[in-house]
Amino acid sequence: MGRMKTIARRTFLIGSAAIAGGVVFGTYAYKKPIPNPLKASAITPYVLIDAQGITLIAPRAEMGQGVQTTLAALLAEEMDLDWDQVQVMHGPASRAYFNAAVLEEGVPFAPTDESWLAETARGAMHIPARFLGLQITGGSSSTPDAFDKMRAAGAVARVALVQAAARREGLDAAMLKTASGAVVLPDGRKIPYAELAQDAANSDLPEVPPLKPQSEWRLLGTSLPRKDMLGKVTGTAQFTADIRHPGMLFATARSNPGLGAGLASYDATAALALPGVEKVVEVPGGLAVVANSTWAAFKAAELISYDWEPAPYAATSEEMLAQTAASFTPESQDSRNRDDGDVEAALTSGDWSAEYTVPYLAHATMEPMTAGAWLQNGRLQVWAGNQLPTQVLKEAAAITGLEEAAIDVETPLMGGGFGRRAEMDFIKQAIHVAKAMEGRPVLLTWTREEDMTHDAYRPMAMARIKGAVADGKITALDVQLAAPSVMGSQMGRLGMALPGPDATIVQGAWEQPYTFPNYRTTGYRVPAGVPVGSWRSVGASQNAFFHESAVDELAHLAGVDPLELRLSQIDHAPSRKVLEAVAAASNWGSVPAGRARGLAFCLSFGVPTAQVIEVEQGQDGLRMTQAWAAVDVGTALDPSIIEAQVQGGMIFGLSAAIHGEITFEGGQAQQQNFPDYDALRLPYCPPISVAILQNGDKIRGVGEPGTPPAAPALANAIFAATGQRLRSLPLGKVIAFA
Amino acid sequence: MAYTLTVNGESKTLEMPGDTPLLWALRDGLHLTGTKYGCGVAACGACTVHLDGVAVRSCQTALEDAVGTQITTIEGIGTPAALAPIQAAWLEHQVAQCGYCQSGQIMQAASLLAENPTPTDADIDAAMEGNLCRCGTYPRIRAAIHSAAAKMKG
Ligand code: FES
Ligand code: FES
Repeated sequence: MGRMKTIARRTFLIGSAAIAGGVVFGTYAYKKPIPNPLKASAITPYVLIDAQGITLIAPRAEMGQGVQTTLAALLAEEMDLDWDQVQVMHGPASRAYFNAAVLEEGVPFAPTDESWLAETARGAMHIPARFLGLQITGGSSSTPDAFDKMRAAGAVARVALVQAAARREGLDAAMLKTASGAVVLPDGRKIPYAELAQDAANSDLPEVPPLKPQSEWRLLGTSLPRKDMLGKVTGTAQFTADIRHPGMLFATARSNPGLGAGLASYDATAALALPGVEKVVEVPGGLAVVANSTWAAFKAAELISYDWEPAPYAATSEEMLAQTAASFTPESQDSRNRDDGDVEAALTSGDWSAEYTVPYLAHATMEPMTAGAWLQNGRLQVWAGNQLPTQVLKEAAAITGLEEAAIDVETPLMGGGFGRRAEMDFIKQAIHVAKAMEGRPVLLTWTREEDMTHDAYRPMAMARIKGAVADGKITALDVQLAAPSVMGSQMGRLGMALPGPDATIVQGAWEQPYTFPNYRTTGYRVPAGVPVGSWRSVGASQNAFFHESAVDELAHLAGVDPLELRLSQIDHAPSRKVLEAVAAASNWGSVPAGRARGLAFCLSFGVPTAQVIEVEQGQDGLRMTQAWAAVDVGTALDPSIIEAQVQGGMIFGLSAAIHGEITFEGGQAQQQNFPDYDALRLPYCPPISVAILQNGDKIRGVGEPGTPPAAPALANAIFAATGQRLRSLPLGKVIAFA
Repeated sequence: MAYTLTVNGESKTLEMPGDTPLLWALRDGLHLTGTKYGCGVAACGACTVHLDGVAVRSCQTALEDAVGTQITTIEGIGTPAALAPIQAAWLEHQVAQCGYCQSGQIMQAASLLAENPTPTDADIDAAMEGNLCRCGTYPRIRAAIHSAAAKMKG
């Protein structure tokens, strides 16, 4: 951070606040007045030009999805930089560089619009980690916009530098070219950007020039070495857990395992007697122990006797499941976003029907929740891998009573996010501890057990689906989905309410491109209970399993190949093409002897994704032998990153499909650590080939769409192999995998 | 009490209880943060280091038991300027996503290759099963191990 602070004071910085004046008006129509439109475009990164070269100050945190590499490539493309000429630096959350409050309104929605999409976009303005994950979005409408703006920032910077060179040399700007980070004069001389930066910054910035056509891209569309890779293979990459300062204290927290309930009383005598323990601090949810090492804090936390208040929700998974099953009522109806034809008339009581369920899931990021804070001399420094830095600012101000201007939030690399780091719980605890230990930097690390038992879980959910087939087609499909509201739970924790329905309850089911003549999707809202949150691909994570299992069942009922059925009842061209691509890659029609395959499809976050999983029944169990995926991202910016994200998303989905289950007893999550909440491990992971298509209308992000089809593809493969139809997850409860 | 460890060829003294896991001695005592905490119960491999060249889980090794051994951490097998062959293979295959598990993956793989310079897929399965990656980098891990093996063979 040292370099950042010095730079901000004394060297030249083309901030997007300055650069992007034209960007805002050139590419974006804001619907509502923005106090200062120039500040509204900080979705563009900052370009820093100094003696050390050109640095993208990325306001987006890196969770592993490669977003900073792609942001740097967008900028470098338009600035005519070589790949090794651009570096990436994590931006400080906000204070020095943009006005967070203004930014929050810098989304294309009326301030009164508190829809899921609007709120998502607002959150995404800051750290688009989950929704604006990779290249650069998920379901948010701001994807193509961010894509344009990032390039526009680079293009404007390039023109400003060219104009500075033209003025200096007394030449017509039209005679100048740019290459490899320099302006090239007609006589071949080169002026490096660094020499022109001061001049460029002092003059009026030009309008956004036309962006390079795709045919002229040098960097975009190619697989670039990731900017974060060297640090990550040498152990030098700095995660929140790795922040160290002289005099640092180490802390851990214990919160009520009855999530949301308080601490009635406690006895910390034994803990305080442990060598190295400095203090026990009351924090939201429970207690934090502060010590001279994380290990001492962990041990001391074990020695405290806690008297927890009871959890404010049903005690057991069985009761929760009963609540879910009881929610398919008119009073609990949350949405009916699709109602094609006449499902009631088309279905009779004798038609096929099935019930599916999925359990709660933990995020289980590899780095447990960790945050650091340091309060001294009226200033607060926070370090936290998180997805909502401006919310961190708000919470920090509320806890400490400081002005937001006196607070710095740094977002180091995240050891996985998957939606978990949009939560504030652990960060608030660290700030409380810093307040109690004023003057000393504190790093608070949750144990794995604390992390797994104090999540904002992917909800338990249930589907009741009815369908009918005739002449080899699905003639009617009635999809009823019951889940608690993720957005309601999440926004509630941020002090906001969710008016209206929650689209995530039906996400991944209601918007599928099937043309069934009678086709209805109804969402039912299960009363709020256990805190639930966004988990990679959100509602699509369960709904694709429900929907695509049902489509597979009906295809078999109709006596039609599941691929043929989908191709005959999907007319959306990009979706058909991913199905065709995955069929071609897997040679769908000819399955090796002894093996069987399952297919699933889901359109999520705008990305049609089809997956095929091949299995083989062996002596020791069922083995996944191969897998194929095809995705359509509209425009593929970095094929290597896209491949990694699709593979990773699929593996994440398979981990949940085979192993993932959080159950509750006495209001407490029962699974504590990886031995009882395992994930797919290397020997069980099949080779996964990924086909990347570009037929979609817009550029799309691909951090999430790889996840939803994984579970149904596997369940459908199991049916093909064994004739056993599994309608509830995890599959590992029934099937032995080898 | 004070213990002296040999870490990455250097002698380091630190003051911590002898039963402190080596993981926390490295991270909090010596500020060598490349070695990660993931589970604390030998179930994830994020904390893998070498003791006398053999991969061990540092969350399961007491500080006092590491005295007198040669401890190697991710920081000791190569540096950004001088990568170990295994790290170069990881770079070539662009393995890491979030990266948090990768120190442990690399240390585990390095130990496998030291023992078995030409591992089969089955050897890789056996050696790497204990190293969890929640981002799902397994296909590239496998490819990187094979390519490191091929390069080291020359
Ligand atoms: S932290 Fe040691 S194996 Fe997980
Ligand atoms: S790269 Fe994220 S856990 Fe392995």
